[in-house]
Formats: sequence, structure tokens, C-alpha cells
Amino acid sequence: MTVVETAGNRLRWLLRGLGQLLITAGVVVLLFCVYELKVTNLYTEQQQKTLDTQLAREWAAPPPSPVGKPGQVHLAAFDDGAGIARIYLPTLGRDQVHVVVEGVTHEDLKKGPGHYPGTAVPGAVGNMVVSGHRTTYGAPFNRLDELHPGDAVVLETRTFFYTYRVTGTTIVSPDALGETDPVPNHPGQVATQRLLTLTTCNPKYSARTRLVVRALLEAPLAKGKGVVPPALQGR
Amino acid sequence: MYSWIWRHLPGPLAVRLGELVVLLAAAVALLFLVVFPRVESLLPYSDVTVNQQPDTASPSP
Repeated sequence: MTVVETAGNRLRWLLRGLGQLLITAGVVVLLFCVYELKVTNLYTEQQQKTLDTQLAREWAAPPPSPVGKPGQVHLAAFDDGAGIARIYLPTLGRDQVHVVVEGVTHEDLKKGPGHYPGTAVPGAVGNMVVSGHRTTYGAPFNRLDELHPGDAVVLETRTFFYTYRVTGTTIVSPDALGETDPVPNHPGQVATQRLLTLTTCNPKYSARTRLVVRALLEAPLAKGKGVVPPALQGR
Repeated sequence: MYSWIWRHLPGPLAVRLGELVVLLAAAVALLFLVVFPRVESLLPYSDVTVNQQPDTASPSP
């Protein structure tokens, strides 16, 4: 009898251990969800606040050299991860403003939407490419799919507001590097248009494809006291 | 597992409870600060750029 009881005890001990292990695993997975959906947002929020303050301070100081014409930004002066411009998506809501950082590494994108090094600067001839998170780290491009042709995307630099109008949305494969060409998907051609390309992952919580929103510069507007581009009025 | 830990915590009940909280906090901190950031970079939904090979799990840019 004692042998049977010992075997039963051992089984009970094993099952209890297994049960505790499974419950622990479940709690860890839940904690991971909390981390991804909440904690990453807190991180980005704090980073964006810091970047925004830095930008405001930089822009308040006199420019390093005369900056007169639209599309002139001294990107050479920016380090990876530094803020280079503000991006507004006014049709998605008043709060839809983010600081764009230089670079698209994992670390850069944790701070905010990232500008592909080497692509055009705000307002310049060519193709400015910006990528951003869809679901975590503040999810700046969460609702990019809701942008329709004609919707405004505004970039703010030290000296100008650049209002771009969305021309179209496409779904591409993750290796569609042609989207970053100065003339998209025509490598080697010389650009004449001033384009802005926004990319994010698609569908949400997946990386099967990329969502690409393309916009064309409508008008640059020199900044000044009380100057607000029409697309941002009423904010 | 948990009963084993509980049995091996020293001190009276109140002290044990305190120790339990510290242990829990340490476990959560380890997960949030070390484990999750690493796991996350292996997951697909932080891939937002268009310069990746389609069939690699690599999280780089």
C-alpha cells in the first residue's frame, strides 16, 4: 500500500509542479503583452517629450548658417537618433504630431518615426522616406491606413512648414526598397518632384507586408509669428 | 516550486511576505528590462521599413 501511495504522491507532486509552471508561463505572456502595449508607449512618450524640447531649443537658437530656400536642411549636423522635424497627420486627429528622428534602426524607431538616412530632406526635390511603428512604441503610424488621397501631411522644420498631400496608398513586400528611390521604383532616374513616403508594417501586429503612403509637396510656408499652414488651422 | 520557495524564506510571516514582494519585483524587473526587450526584437511587428529580405526573421532596420 505504501508503494502505491508514494507513486500517487509523486504524481501529485509532478502535476502540481507542472500546473504552477503553466500558470507562471501564462502570467509571463500576459506581462509581455502589458510590456509591449503599455510600457513601450511610456518609453516613446518620454523620448518624444525630450526630443520635442530639444528641437524647440535648437530652433530657437540662431541657425548655424543662412537657411533661406525651401528644402534646405543641414542634415549633416544631425546624429542618428536626433530629432530632425515634426510630422503632423491632422486628418487623424489634433494629437497626431511626432518628432521624426534621423535613422531607422531598431533603437531609432523606438524614439519615434525614423528618416531613412540618404533620402531627401523635408521639402527637398526627391523622396523623403519616413518609417514608424504601427502597434508598439507610441504607434505613431497606427492609423496610416486611414489616410486618403488629398489628406494633408505636414512637416515642420526650423524654418518652414511643408504641407504634403497624400497621392496614394500601396501595400508592398518587405523588401520593396524601390519605394525609397528618389523616383520611386525607378532607380537611377533623376527626381523632379518633392515626395514624402511613409512606411509601416502591415497588417497590424504582423510584418507580412508594408503599408506605403505617398504624398506630394503642395506648398512650403516660411515660418513666422502667427504663421500656421491651412492644414493645421483649427488645431 | 512556489511552496518550496515559501518554505525556504527565512524569518517570521511578515518578513517572509516582504521577501516575497522583493522576489516578485526582481522577477518582473528582470523580465521587463532584460528578457522582453530581447524577445521583442525577434518579433515581426517592429519591422516597419522596406529594406528587409522577405523571408528573414532578422529584426535589423
